[in-house]
Amino acid sequence: MVLLVLLCAAWLLALAFGSVPVARREGASSVVYGASLAACVVALLAGLLADGESVLVLPLGIPWLGAHFRLDALSRFFLVIVDLGGAAASLYAIGYGRHEHEPQRVLPFFPAFLAGMNLVVVADDPYTFLFAWELMSLASWALVMSHHREPGNARAGFVYLLMATFGSLALLLAFGLLAGTDGGYAFSAMRLGASNSRRAVLVLVLAMLGAGSKAGLAPLHVWLPLAHPAAPSHVSALMSGVMTKVAIYAFIRIVFDLLGPPDWWWAVPILALGALSAVLGVLHALMERDLKRLLAYSTIENVGIVFLGLGLALAFRANAMPEAAALAMTAALFHAFNHMLFKSLLFFGAGNVLVATGERNIERLGGLIHRMPISAGAFLIGCMAISALPPLNGFASEWLTFQTILVSPQLPQWTLRLLVPTVGALLALAAALAAACFVRAFGIAFLGRPRSAEAAACVEADRFSLAAMGGLAGLCLLAGVFPGVVIDAVAPVTKLLLHGRLAAQTAQPWLSVVPIASRNSSYNGLMILLFASASAMVAAAAVHRLAARGVRRAVLWDCGFPGLGPRTQYSGASFSQPIRRVFGPLAFRSSETVEMPAPGDMRPARIRKHRHDLVWEAIYLPLAQAVAGIAERLNALQFLTIRRYLGFVFAALVVLLMAVAAWQ
Amino acid sequence: MHGFGFDLAHMLAGGLVLVSLAMLYQDRLYSLINTLAVHAVVLALSVAWQARIQDAPHLYITAVIALGFKAIVVPMALRRMVFKLGIHREIENVVGVGLTMLGAIGLIALSLVVMLPATMHADPLAREDIALALSVVLIGLLMMVTRRNAVSQVAGFMSLENGIVLAATGAQGMPLVVEISVAFSILIAFIVIGIFLFRIRERFDTVDVQALDRFRGEQR
Repeated sequence: MVLLVLLCAAWLLALAFGSVPVARREGASSVVYGASLAACVVALLAGLLADGESVLVLPLGIPWLGAHFRLDALSRFFLVIVDLGGAAASLYAIGYGRHEHEPQRVLPFFPAFLAGMNLVVVADDPYTFLFAWELMSLASWALVMSHHREPGNARAGFVYLLMATFGSLALLLAFGLLAGTDGGYAFSAMRLGASNSRRAVLVLVLAMLGAGSKAGLAPLHVWLPLAHPAAPSHVSALMSGVMTKVAIYAFIRIVFDLLGPPDWWWAVPILALGALSAVLGVLHALMERDLKRLLAYSTIENVGIVFLGLGLALAFRANAMPEAAALAMTAALFHAFNHMLFKSLLFFGAGNVLVATGERNIERLGGLIHRMPISAGAFLIGCMAISALPPLNGFASEWLTFQTILVSPQLPQWTLRLLVPTVGALLALAAALAAACFVRAFGIAFLGRPRSAEAAACVEADRFSLAAMGGLAGLCLLAGVFPGVVIDAVAPVTKLLLHGRLAAQTAQPWLSVVPIASRNSSYNGLMILLFASASAMVAAAAVHRLAARGVRRAVLWDCGFPGLGPRTQYSGASFSQPIRRVFGPLAFRSSETVEMPAPGDMRPARIRKHRHDLVWEAIYLPLAQAVAGIAERLNALQFLTIRRYLGFVFAALVVLLMAVAAWQ
Repeated sequence: MHGFGFDLAHMLAGGLVLVSLAMLYQDRLYSLINTLAVHAVVLALSVAWQARIQDAPHLYITAVIALGFKAIVVPMALRRMVFKLGIHREIENVVGVGLTMLGAIGLIALSLVVMLPATMHADPLAREDIALALSVVLIGLLMMVTRRNAVSQVAGFMSLENGIVLAATGAQGMPLVVEISVAFSILIAFIVIGIFLFRIRERFDTVDVQALDRFRGEQR
């Protein structure tokens, strides 16, 4: 089976090279995306149907080491995520890609990006892993830079490249530490290697830096809201929906599989950063008016939720509670899967809006539901899912996360017992704010009256785009109504990593989900769906029956100020103002100033808002200044004489030799 | 193992270090070039002896290259170059001979301290060889750093390369192609440096590399 995945990756790579000469031709994009779709579907089937483990060693890469590939339960699960997201994005792009002005900048890199992500999840030695990881990073960087003349995109690409390099360096060092001095350069050798505690902590930190920066864990997230929206929308969907999952895969692979037994306190930084990401991400999303950046910030929130689950799993595992650990891990993986579904769906919706109106600013949209009804419907399902409304899938996974938090009083350490409820409260806050955020996004963009001429004149997207969105929306609903199927699909993973699993959920009566015991809690998505639809139908019937028959259209009462334009509608900024007032001073050091003209003065009154990105200002700006300062100092080294350079080389050599002598 | 073969190999390698030290205090260019030739002769002898005791006939080729090329061709070319440049009467101010010699002795000690424990499990012959070769390399580098005249720097570079060849032949099983390619790259470097010397001379009327510094507006 792993061979099949490799063939798919090879096919995608061949496609990447093959599309270079023909990229500008008419119809090339349909062919390339169609071929990518085929590869993704085959790899998806391989991930779904494979069983047990399959291993393959190819004589590639470093001599005597070879390239190891392996498909185990964890790889399979993430392979499904990667290829389901990849297939949806390819299908969407068959339609969306026609609107691309410079297809030669997108077409070659899209299959390469998919191939990189496929290879990461099946790699079984650090060299192959990092090679695929870099392929993924560089291909996605090229895609971010595909519209490099638009303002801000070049900077986004630069920041992304820096962070990606930094992350890869951290992972490289982590693998180096795992391999140890004997150089057991294969994952199987690392698994056996006895880990000493100090080295393990270092590996954990490096894994958090390396995988966390790619996943968008705060405070390493700064590149994400810049880079994800800068790419074409189907690539944004892949980056947000799928690439962050690949990073989560890397974290799980290193920390849960390769690193050996954990200490309980390892969970503390993971939980703290997860909660921070969740709250910070959603607060930023609430303030954002660029639709794609809003979605990117919301990705940070969801990655935070996944890391919360992983931190809990680590805590339970350290305390030898395999059932609880399995529950936490299941919640995390389920949420990762769900996020892939609905975030891809939402980015597709944003892409349709972008194509139809040329706008990403929600303050210039409005009323799209009348002109793009199918897109709007699918986008609404995505919004409901990400806001964790039952019976959709987002609810099921967040509910599982909360169930895990409710188990946490069984933990023996007081630190964790106190920390986890705090984190749970933050998670609840984030979930509520996420709902507000997506009410705002959907309401401002799709409801009301159009706020610009473009929004008034837009048309519905093409069939392929709508098919991709419809498919994902359907999967969101299915995964929400039948969560047991997904939970059972995760069971082999938890069994592999944590030696525990949840009870088989598909065997429960009435399709309920009972994670712990039925007296504690259970959830039945089907029941909720039936109840919700039945009550909605009854309400609709009642309204139709009891309300007045005739529809009457009349002029709006305008309080005596005629000519109420669309600008007088409720805006995104006004929707988020209460929340900004509450959280802004703390989270953004935000302030508002009102300029009120004197009586008789005809100037309009103005309100000015100031908002700071504290993470950027507190960490990244000083860092950048320090680097620039050091570079300025070292500038003098460029203008030395040959003899001095030789002298430096000589001195460096002697110092290193002395260090070796002293170390021995 | 500790028979006559070992002793002679050890003596020749030690002799190479001794000649390296001798190069450090030559203040006339001709005598420096003569010492370089002696250096290459000792190297050739050492390599030939290695060829004999290791039973590796291809090392004889290396020895012949060292003798013919480094002991005869390169010194002759350098001599001609010095004559053509008209600097054969010049006396180079070798700064701080005593200090340089002390530094060189320190470097020899350092390389012994580093190399002997690092090659604990290696063949004792190779161990001694590599330690002494490292000191030859370091002394060559020291010479390049302390000299101002470009010709002396070339001589330092050549002696450094001799040290590398000594290390390579001391280890058993080094393929011939490696040695030949090293020799070839040195040849290229020599040609390039020679051309540069003449170019520098054309422009600045001297081969004192300080002239370059002055040209770049930097006074030391």
